[in-house]
Amino acid sequence: MLSVVVFLPLAVCTALLLLPSRALSDRACGRVWIATATADLALVIALWASFDSRGGLQYQQRVRWIPSAGVGYHVGVDGLSLPLVALSCLLFLAVAVFSLRERRRVRSYVCLFLFLQTVSLGLFVALDLILFFVFFDLSIVGMFFVIAGWGHGERARAAALKFFLYTFIGSLALLLGFIGLYLAADPHTFDIVDLTRADPLAGRGLYAGLVLLAIGVGLAVKTPTVPFHTWLPPAHTDAPAAGSAILAGVLLKMGTYGFVRIAMPLLPGSWRRYALAIVVVGAVSVVYGALVALAQTDFKRMIAYTSVNHMGYIILAVGAAGTLAGSDAQTRSLAVTGAVTQMVSHGLITGALFLLTGVLYDRGRTYAIDAYSGLAAHTPRFAAVTAVAAFASLGIPGFSGFIAEFQIFTGSLASQTVATAIAVTGILITAALFLRALRGMFLGVPRLPRTIATRGIADLKGSEAMSTVALLAVALVIGVAPRWLLDVIEPAGHTVIGLVAR
Amino acid sequence: MLLWPLISVPLGTGAALCLAGRSANRPAPLLAVAAALATLGLAVTAAVARPEASAPLFTGMRAGLAVDGLSAVMVITVAAVTLGVVLFSTGEFGQGENRGRFFGLMLLFAGAMFVTVTATTLPLLLMAWEAMGATSWALIGYWWQQPERVRAADVAFLTTRTADLGLYLAAGAALAGGIGSLRLDALPHAAPPWLNVVTAGAVAAALGKSAQLPFSFWLSRAMLGPSPVSALLHSATMVAAGAYLLLRLHPLLAAATWAGPLVAWTGALTALALGIVAIAQSDLKQLLAASTSAQIGFMVLAAGSGGVAGGLTQLVAHAATKSALFLAAGAWLTALGTKQLPALRGAARRYRMVGAAFAVGTLTLAGLPPLSLWAAKDEVLAAARAENSGLYAVGLAAAAVSAVYSVKALWYVTRPLPTDAEAGYDTEGHGTRRVPRPVSFPLWALTGLAAVLGVLALPGPASWVRHLVGTPAEPSPTAWELGLSAGVALAAATWAWRYSSRPAPVPGAVARWAKGWLGLERGARLLVAGPVPALARALAVFDDRVVDGAVRQSARAGLAAARFARRLDDGGIDAAVGAVASGARGLGRWARRPQTGLVHQYYAQAAVGFCALILIVLLVR
Repeated sequence: MLSVVVFLPLAVCTALLLLPSRALSDRACGRVWIATATADLALVIALWASFDSRGGLQYQQRVRWIPSAGVGYHVGVDGLSLPLVALSCLLFLAVAVFSLRERRRVRSYVCLFLFLQTVSLGLFVALDLILFFVFFDLSIVGMFFVIAGWGHGERARAAALKFFLYTFIGSLALLLGFIGLYLAADPHTFDIVDLTRADPLAGRGLYAGLVLLAIGVGLAVKTPTVPFHTWLPPAHTDAPAAGSAILAGVLLKMGTYGFVRIAMPLLPGSWRRYALAIVVVGAVSVVYGALVALAQTDFKRMIAYTSVNHMGYIILAVGAAGTLAGSDAQTRSLAVTGAVTQMVSHGLITGALFLLTGVLYDRGRTYAIDAYSGLAAHTPRFAAVTAVAAFASLGIPGFSGFIAEFQIFTGSLASQTVATAIAVTGILITAALFLRALRGMFLGVPRLPRTIATRGIADLKGSEAMSTVALLAVALVIGVAPRWLLDVIEPAGHTVIGLVAR
Repeated sequence: MLLWPLISVPLGTGAALCLAGRSANRPAPLLAVAAALATLGLAVTAAVARPEASAPLFTGMRAGLAVDGLSAVMVITVAAVTLGVVLFSTGEFGQGENRGRFFGLMLLFAGAMFVTVTATTLPLLLMAWEAMGATSWALIGYWWQQPERVRAADVAFLTTRTADLGLYLAAGAALAGGIGSLRLDALPHAAPPWLNVVTAGAVAAALGKSAQLPFSFWLSRAMLGPSPVSALLHSATMVAAGAYLLLRLHPLLAAATWAGPLVAWTGALTALALGIVAIAQSDLKQLLAASTSAQIGFMVLAAGSGGVAGGLTQLVAHAATKSALFLAAGAWLTALGTKQLPALRGAARRYRMVGAAFAVGTLTLAGLPPLSLWAAKDEVLAAARAENSGLYAVGLAAAAVSAVYSVKALWYVTRPLPTDAEAGYDTEGHGTRRVPRPVSFPLWALTGLAAVLGVLALPGPASWVRHLVGTPAEPSPTAWELGLSAGVALAAATWAWRYSSRPAPVPGAVARWAKGWLGLERGARLLVAGPVPALARALAVFDDRVVDGAVRQSARAGLAAARFARRLDDGGIDAAVGAVASGARGLGRWARRPQTGLVHQYYAQAAVGFCALILIVLLVR
């Protein structure tokens, strides 16, 4: 069942590629994509409906793959991965709907995104390190082509190359760490469940530390955290809106998910030992990311930097969950639950924001904040949706961001007081930067950039409105009534903190 | 099961109206009034029935709502003022405005306030508290085409959110202090030293929301919002929320021994300093705003000195008074297009209905007997005197100051209408020169309440209020205290009436300092709003040049290494391979030489070879 969810998009992708090019119009390609994404989302909802939140890993499937090297095809979901699987399906559907207006090489575009969907879902359900690594690397490949092929001109190719090389080096560090784990295990295996049970690096001081360093750097590049974040702004700025939404909404989560799925349960001893360093990286990412975002003059680049800020909260929380002194099970559980909630929340809200920047670029051909003024007069719906998304992103209660950040702060303060107190200022700086952008672009005296013809500027169209509003609506539901999500995450979070504390 | 409708009626209607926007322009006022009326009914019922409700929220924490004595008074006050202001707004906002958005936001805002005053757990309180801040941003910046109004909204939101960070820290500290449920009534039991963090965080958030020192400046900026917004935000909600939180958390203030005096002194000093600021204003709405800060100061003073019932009485009386005054100022602003006091000379004579209400309101605000704020203030001062006589003295001085600014405002509007009055009008926008009909009922209803709510301070009702909020032992004012405060207020009012026409007998710099709200905003800019963006810009440059520079340099280093490797490869390894090849070729050439194809030469070679072999055999043997 799970494998069907994962490979359905790839199967459709293959079918699209095999069909003769005249058999399918661009429009039909888009339709097929939406249908596939809808079907996949429906399957995930069905999985969620029959998911037992207290049942640990479910829908497991284990097939021999390269037994001589201890590699197997092992997939399954628990409360950590199921929300991310659902988030990915939802985001890909939103992007499919949003991309109905894409006109350039539509078939390859659709195929790439279908491929990326399989890769993303595969990563979140993978329970084998090599399987995880394969999907991790393939996501880089897929996104490289999206940015280079559909981004904004020559700069996009440079940004794509930088993105590829940087994150690829990160993935090599990750592979190194995985091999370190493999060699330490007896019998040698890459299976995450077996490795979790065995805890092969317990009491292996320096060696375990180096393995954590390799895995940590690999995941930190992908997340990204300061100082490994500089590939992110150009990649986002020059990617097409749909690519940015997937990059921020899904691909960044691969890094943070790696922390809760691999680094914490497989290396509990070193995680506890180096928790302070992790917390410092998290707090620095929060404040540094927010401050640098405040100084941006490019709307999309600004949102890219807020991603560094938002990911920083997650790192802070997972670090605090590894600090046993001063905390109890409740605070650590809150921190981990908040971290996973933040992954979902950031995907929804920042995904929507990036799609909205796509609308902005489509209308004005520029992201420069000071090129616009008083857009709300011309495009009231666009302004309203962007304002709601901005407030959601700055963590206003009623949206999922608050649910995540409140849990992160309350869960982390007890054990990491100073770092958390510093990180709390992040929500103030993000408030300042979003208000500044809203005031500059949407409010005030109406003035449009010269690039917009005399015909004026069009408001949100149906497909654009549907995709963004749907994402924000889910964020609103989580913000108002979060239990349906937290009921799934909390037991899994509890398991993780139990594994870290052993 | 009364609580869910109480919050969902305003929130639901508000959200629907916001979504509908202009398309709901026609039904919006009616729907909003109906929702506000229904909410008032629900609030009164809830105040009687005292319902409780809760739902699970986070691990070990619930989202709890309950109406107890304090909340009962608050929900009725909020609902009544909301209804009055919404009724008033139906006359203020014509078809040209986006009425769906305006009324929707007003209801959303009121709904957030209802949740704030009924929340029993910190997470839910914080949710409503911040949602209220966000909706206040949208309300203050309602006329978003004018950049200065939006900037004012930004200042208000960012200032209050800065203070709100305290509540986030308080929540974490409470959890660390062993209060896993985060129930408000359990907070005083937090283990020290976390108790101090909880208290400090909550106090900071409350002072920020209440525009107390040093946060007061945001209230001045918030005056750029529409008048009904000022009437709602700066009477029973928003600023009152901070006072409410301190009244609600007075056991916490008592548990952390330093907090009570700190809060009380902050309140007393705000009452005095912002009262002086109010005197210095020449803009009616600014005067009222400063007086709001000052009057809330009395509530904060009460909360800090344990006078919960007194503070609550002051809150209710002030809510009615101030909302009526803002509505009157708003009616004049709409009609005459100005809020400058000198230009408003004679406004009360021109629009007598509004003028009479304004007169009653200002006399109440002045603390003159037997109107409500006189008695309420004495309740507060009695609590302050029980705590510390210094507090009492400052409070009494603040009471005198409040009489001065109230009478100053009244003096201006009751002057005879100047002949060149028209010249001063329309400074803010084009006035309509008429007061709309729906204005009078809410204006008079609130004014009436303002006048008579003093009964709450009579011995009988006062003890009822004390039992309601659960502090029966609170001190009540003695006869001499009542007499003294009445005398002070009367004397100050008389003095102010006689000297209002002359400039104040203080140096110009002091007057300018007071008029500019004590330079608080400039201070905030100097300390925070200036350096932070500068730091941000510096970090952005650092990020580009250093962090990303390092990445680019390592990429460049990689390329350089590649070039070096290429040179090494071409000039070293490949050259060696070439040398081997050419050596082999040379050898081959040498080896080809004997292959001549001439038989006699082969014989000669064979002969030489044999000779060599024989020689070797001979030598070896």
